[in-house]
Amino acid sequence: MKLAHASIALKGIIKRELWRFLKQRERFVAALVRPLVWLFVFAAGFRSTLGIAIIPPYETYILYEVYIAAGLIGMIQLFNGMQSSLSMVYDREMGSMKTLLVSPLPRWFLLMGKLLAGTSVSILQAYVFLVVAWFYDIEAPWLGYVTLFPALVLAGLMLGALGMLLSSFIKQLENFAGVMNFVIFPMFFMSTALYPLWKIKESSELLHTLASYNPFSQAVELIRFALYGQFNLHAFVYTLAAFVVFMAVAVWGYNPSKGMMVKKGGGPS
Amino acid sequence: MSHSLEVKTLSYAYGSKIALKDANFSIAPGECTILLGPNGAGKSTLFSLITHLYSSRDGQILINGFDVKKQSCDALAHLGVVFQQTTLDMDLSVLQNLHYHASLHGMTRRQATLRIEEELERQGMLERQNEKVRQLNGGHRRRVEIARALLHKPSLLLLDEPTVGLDVPSRQGIVEHVHDLCQNDNLSVLWATHLIDEIYPSDNLIVLHQGEVKAQGSVEKVCGGVTADDISQTFQRLTQAKAL
Repeated sequence: MKLAHASIALKGIIKRELWRFLKQRERFVAALVRPLVWLFVFAAGFRSTLGIAIIPPYETYILYEVYIAAGLIGMIQLFNGMQSSLSMVYDREMGSMKTLLVSPLPRWFLLMGKLLAGTSVSILQAYVFLVVAWFYDIEAPWLGYVTLFPALVLAGLMLGALGMLLSSFIKQLENFAGVMNFVIFPMFFMSTALYPLWKIKESSELLHTLASYNPFSQAVELIRFALYGQFNLHAFVYTLAAFVVFMAVAVWGYNPSKGMMVKKGGGPS
Repeated sequence: MSHSLEVKTLSYAYGSKIALKDANFSIAPGECTILLGPNGAGKSTLFSLITHLYSSRDGQILINGFDVKKQSCDALAHLGVVFQQTTLDMDLSVLQNLHYHASLHGMTRRQATLRIEEELERQGMLERQNEKVRQLNGGHRRRVEIARALLHKPSLLLLDEPTVGLDVPSRQGIVEHVHDLCQNDNLSVLWATHLIDEIYPSDNLIVLHQGEVKAQGSVEKVCGGVTADDISQTFQRLTQAKAL
């Protein structure tokens, strides 16, 4: 693989994803409205009932909206990761995924390119969300907006790789809806996106264990700390490891001789 | 003579169901080969294997001498494909779709712009380059797909039933254009179809039935082999033969 070819192709894949995203205005609006509804309605309603003690990275008592903001950024990336994989299943059914896969580049590179493209879109969404949140008085230190970027890259890649892994195992679009329900909602609700771990522990030990091992929790914590200019090593290592595992299985799933396409025994579409 | 495509003892099965059995054939530069077979004959499986969407442990596929399994990037660089279903992005313009493809083949913006103009001009689609694909009719979408498949100047063009669902003038236009490409540009073509009227007397034929190559060679040779008067009769005789 030549470096010049690879960089041109990568640019092309990312550009196409951004073109598509900008052309599909409903997708842009939906991606933004979802977390904002949670912020303006859900968080506002729970503000009085949920008190958040001083926990790192926060140095003072905070409002529930401030706590939930990091979780909602994670939510944007989780939904984007799943949406990208949904579009991969759709593209595979409709055939446009074939255009990508018959390109003269290694399969892992093409999948990684697709993943980076999806992550770029999710980062764009996350920053637009933060701008709106800023007007709602959810402010992070200026440096935090910079240190957040690499965290968003890693979290976006991990959640995108999970979506890609799922898409490699799913043959038909109809099957995807069920998996979305069994993946997105449990991952989101059994995480630190909405409540801190100590709060979850108060209500259920089992839920606390599940939330601690949930890779989405770690991604949210990575984002939360990065937004306040801090580095959470545990969350970083956990998220990175989850990304490597998910990506490896996804590449295996899309391998023409070893993957699930062969195992499922289905004919070509 | 080096071949644009060589398929050697290729077999493939979905679990216990055999889709392709010991296929052998080759295509020389400038040759238009029609892959004829009824539905379920194994045409799409063969295309998936040539394009490396699937991979088989049994047999070998060489594109311009490059092994599809071991040197997939080199092999695929010489291949242009038009799939049965349209693979264009409906929400993007013709130009954006073509630029995307050019980038996947490592073409710089300048090279891509030049080639896109050439191919769209040849397809009579240059004036519609800024239109969204969704606004084009089926025939025009196919023309764009052929232009796209030729952007990187492949030596082998695969067409998987590209005229399905098109009206007669659009079909004729595509059939003529592809045959011109073989003659004038020395392009090799493998064209899967079950529409007999798309075959020219100068074409080569491969008749595939239930995963087996039943006959191959020039139209005259294949028809003569089963003492049939025309391709239609030949096709019927070969595909009514006993199953695997």
